Amino acid sequence: MKAGSKLERVLKAGHFAFTGEVGPPRGANVNSIREKLKHLKGNVDMVNVTDNQTAMVRMSSWAASIICIQEGVEPNFQMVCRDRNRIAMQADILGAYAHGIRNMLCLSGDHQMFGDHPQSKGVFDLDSMQLIMMVKKMRDEGKFLSGADIDVKPEIFIGAAANPFAEPFEWRVHRLAKKVAAGADFIQTQCVYNMPKIREWIRQANDMGLTEKVYILPGVTPMKSIGMAKYMQSKVPGMDVPDEIIKRLQGVDKKKVADEGIKIACEQIAEFKETKGIAGVHLMPIEWEHMVPEIAERAGVLPRPEV
Amino acid sequence: MIVAERKPFDEIRSMVSNYKKVLTVGCGTCVAVCLAGGSKEVETLNAELNLAFKKDGIEFGAETLQRQCDMEFLAELDNKVDQYDCLLSMACGAGIQFLAERFPNKPVFPAVNTSFIGVNLDVGWYEEKCRACGQCVLAMTGGVCPVTMCAKSLFNGPCGGTNKTSCEIHTDQPCAWFKIYERLSGQGRLDQIMKISPPNDWSNQKPRKVIQPGYEERVKAMNS
Ligand code: SF4
Ligand code: SF4
Repeated sequence: MKAGSKLERVLKAGHFAFTGEVGPPRGANVNSIREKLKHLKGNVDMVNVTDNQTAMVRMSSWAASIICIQEGVEPNFQMVCRDRNRIAMQADILGAYAHGIRNMLCLSGDHQMFGDHPQSKGVFDLDSMQLIMMVKKMRDEGKFLSGADIDVKPEIFIGAAANPFAEPFEWRVHRLAKKVAAGADFIQTQCVYNMPKIREWIRQANDMGLTEKVYILPGVTPMKSIGMAKYMQSKVPGMDVPDEIIKRLQGVDKKKVADEGIKIACEQIAEFKETKGIAGVHLMPIEWEHMVPEIAERAGVLPRPEV
Repeated sequence: MIVAERKPFDEIRSMVSNYKKVLTVGCGTCVAVCLAGGSKEVETLNAELNLAFKKDGIEFGAETLQRQCDMEFLAELDNKVDQYDCLLSMACGAGIQFLAERFPNKPVFPAVNTSFIGVNLDVGWYEEKCRACGQCVLAMTGGVCPVTMCAKSLFNGPCGGTNKTSCEIHTDQPCAWFKIYERLSGQGRLDQIMKISPPNDWSNQKPRKVIQPGYEERVKAMNS
């Protein structure tokens, strides 16, 4: 065991992992996050706690991660490179570990221009690859990036993101290989809608032996409406929503669109369970946490294993 | 070259409005090439200032030096500045500071915003290319600067926001890492970016000096 987190134990035991996500509040509203967690507890193995997502100021991800621990839900502490330099990063990693956080997701972060403080200075002292390397060095060598010794090293299960859909497609699997070489233990992908593409990407990852070294959890976000699908298709950078998804949602009765979205998600999860090289699924129901129990039930991933 | 843009006229006007005699100082090098602060621009600015301050009787003189980033040329102003109450420089930030250093008793005001180190795309059209990071990695990135041309200055890109050849920040902005990939792939040199690029040494976070080889002794003598 590298960190002994629940996610690591679930994956190590060979179970199909099922992880969720929660966005911290735009304020110090502890109840709102506790409320969201109620829907997630027991239905997922771990919850990603986003870090000022889309560059909007929110409660810090490590603080919200501690609230998750208090509520009995294992957090995945997300850290972006946009807001902290290497000094603050290492300090936060130590603090997070000291408070019981055992998983981290290392990300570049959306550009600050998308958020509510577009004038701010983006830090990007390290990039996500270098952040992964740094966490691994802290954990495995017990050393800071500078090379100095750490007094009690942080044992963190290291996560990274992948976008299997962005151009150039041929480069995607090599970038995955770089993240594995940097030290990623698990990968959570961008929301998947283009199934042929992810199949091809996983096939390449299998061929290169990467899936033996890293646990891959494709991202799944059920479409709530046709508007959401169209928005994701045209407005969200890096998102790949094929026309067939939109056509399928348009083909059902207006009242049944959300249900159809869940159906598509469940079909994806069913396929992922059977796919060699896929170790679980990361469910990202955007502002739809209360639907997680139903989605988990319909996707047949309940009960979650006790490990 | 260093690219600059003239400041909005109202900002310039408010900086000099309390003085009686103002010397506008142009620079004949980078800012002249990029049409921001050469002798022509000095002339135009002074014409606008004369018009705006006609009633107030402020006088505007004009001088354009070959380079404001060189004391040798600044010396040409030594017996002229005394007649003026303040200096309005149209050089880049480096030139403005050197002018202020040469004449520490005179208020010096910037008439341009120094924008970047860049290239000429066409007449009047420039693009940033280098942030003077101090550790050039263009060999690894196929001649495309990841510090400047990538909105997140990533050394191991592209990020997840790369959008069909564009950067996530705008569809008009090409993704630097897409370009790096294309360039290296065309040259059969993708191995350059297969390796992980380690954390950068941001040496541009503190004031820097360069002494070229062979000049160390001379600098030492000047400092002692
Ligand atoms: S890497 Fe970019 S910023 Fe650094 S010196 Fe080279 S061109 Fe300039
Ligand atoms: S989209 Fe490309 S250029 Fe823009 S921040 Fe990401 S890697 Fe850099």
